[in-house]
Amino acid sequence: MSFVENIGKYVLFLNRVFSKPERGRVFFEQIIKEIYKLGVNSVGIVVIISVFMGAVISLQTAYNLVNPLLPDYLVGYTTRESMILEFSSTIVGLILAGKVGSNIASEIGSMRVTEQIDALEIMGVNSASYLIFPKIIAAVFINPFLYVLSVFVGIAGGLLASYMTGAVSIPDFLYGVQFGLIPYYITYSLIKTLVFAFIITSVPSFYGYYVSGGALEVGRASTKAVVNSSILILLANLILTQILLK
Amino acid sequence: MIELNNINKSFGDLDVLSDISIKFEAGKTNLIIGQSGSGKTVLLKSIIGLHDVDNGHIYYGDRDFTNMSFKERKLIRKEMGMVFQGGALFDSLTVEENVRFPLDMFSDMNEDDRRARVKFCLDRVDIKKAHKLYPAEISGGMQKRVAIARAIVLNPSYLFCDEPNSGLDPVTAIVIDKLIQEITKEYEMTTIINTHDMNSVMEIGEKILFINKGVKAWEGSSDEIFDTENQNLNNFVFASNLFKKIKKEL
Ligand SMILES: Nc1ncnc2c1ncn2[C@@H]1O[C@H](COP(=O)(O)OP(=O)(O)OP(=O)(O)O)[C@@H](O)[C@H]1O
Ligand SMILES: [Mg+2]
Repeated sequence: MSFVENIGKYVLFLNRVFSKPERGRVFFEQIIKEIYKLGVNSVGIVVIISVFMGAVISLQTAYNLVNPLLPDYLVGYTTRESMILEFSSTIVGLILAGKVGSNIASEIGSMRVTEQIDALEIMGVNSASYLIFPKIIAAVFINPFLYVLSVFVGIAGGLLASYMTGAVSIPDFLYGVQFGLIPYYITYSLIKTLVFAFIITSVPSFYGYYVSGGALEVGRASTKAVVNSSILILLANLILTQILLK
Repeated sequence: MIELNNINKSFGDLDVLSDISIKFEAGKTNLIIGQSGSGKTVLLKSIIGLHDVDNGHIYYGDRDFTNMSFKERKLIRKEMGMVFQGGALFDSLTVEENVRFPLDMFSDMNEDDRRARVKFCLDRVDIKKAHKLYPAEISGGMQKRVAIARAIVLNPSYLFCDEPNSGLDPVTAIVIDKLIQEITKEYEMTTIINTHDMNSVMEIGEKILFINKGVKAWEGSSDEIFDTENQNLNNFVFASNLFKKIKKEL
């Protein structure tokens, strides 16, 4: 299918997804379930990668600060800026695109090939809205928290690494963390996080929803979903950065 | 009552159904039979609107389903129950939750009534202990029965079953056939069943539509099927040695 056709299909798909839920209570319960599945279950991986990335960023910065004129607190400063600006939004977004994206695409795809989606339709349920709307809401709601968590854990990782290797002293590091903070950068990153959350849920849902065939195609759709949502995240990152930081 | 008027359906260049007309009555088990690939599933899915037909009309009572808007279709779907060829139970929900699902979505019953209704339907299909299990944890025959329970939970006027007893042992197969027939009589439903199982045909074939390569080749009842002159139907019915033998002895 051509690229343009796919875009058109995706827009029509979203139109079906964003229609009024059948039952408010059921919708709400679905959202809670999805928050758990997409959000709480991702805390582990976000914490692990953030700690390590924070640690590596601080050590790299420390070992590159050979010029004695550059102050030590730059290490804390750089770690914080990297986490806030790019790492906790974009890299975490990419990692979640892999984890959450493949999960969603295969879940919805296997519902499609085992006719569970047809079963919903035949009951008179709008399957796209019932299955996918709650996922999008849940991710848009929970991912900003994951972002904040990632920033804090990343900085903590940097602090820990600096302390353990003796690269920088704790007071220097902490001074750097608080140095020259521009709150707008956080807003900028949170906006990115929201957009990424939308991509991570809607694109894999789209690929899963239109699977036809069997288990093999579900696997293929899941791969496509991850690759394409990752590309879209990078593209959105570029565009949003141009718009928001100009 | 469901009536089909000159139904045609093709996928690209492939004509799957040509000019099918028939009337399925309420309170009867209506069977669609035919060889694998003859178009049974496509016909059933066209009747319920999962496929759009190319031309022709489908009437539910006197309502023309083919001309309905999306909204009208949604309404009429609340009167339909469908048992898919593979069961199509929701695998993230337990047996009980599967059967309960249509109630949670569409009924105004209170909690106690819902529970009672779910229990009633599961009892009806003889599922006694598996309420808390997931579809993956029960046998194929049980899945089919749970799917039937889910299909009837909202008291549908129209019940559709795509090969409800394929892959089951002869005893369970007949139990399921009989069950569907009983429910059909009990609630005066219009039931349409796809099958290529001659046992089902003999047990519950009150009205039978035989399709051959997408064309209606014969219609009648199980009493008439042995005497047919139709060559294609004869080949289908007397494919097995068992039925050849029966024919000789008759
Ligand atoms: N979505 C589709 N797209 C294209 N062709 C299809 C589609 N669905 C079915 N067909 C074709 O229509 C024909 C009839 O298929 P159908 O599934 O109705 O057979 P069936 O009678 O139900 O067979 P079985 O007894 O094996 O279930 C087949 O040739 C099949 O390849
Ligand atoms: Mg079939």
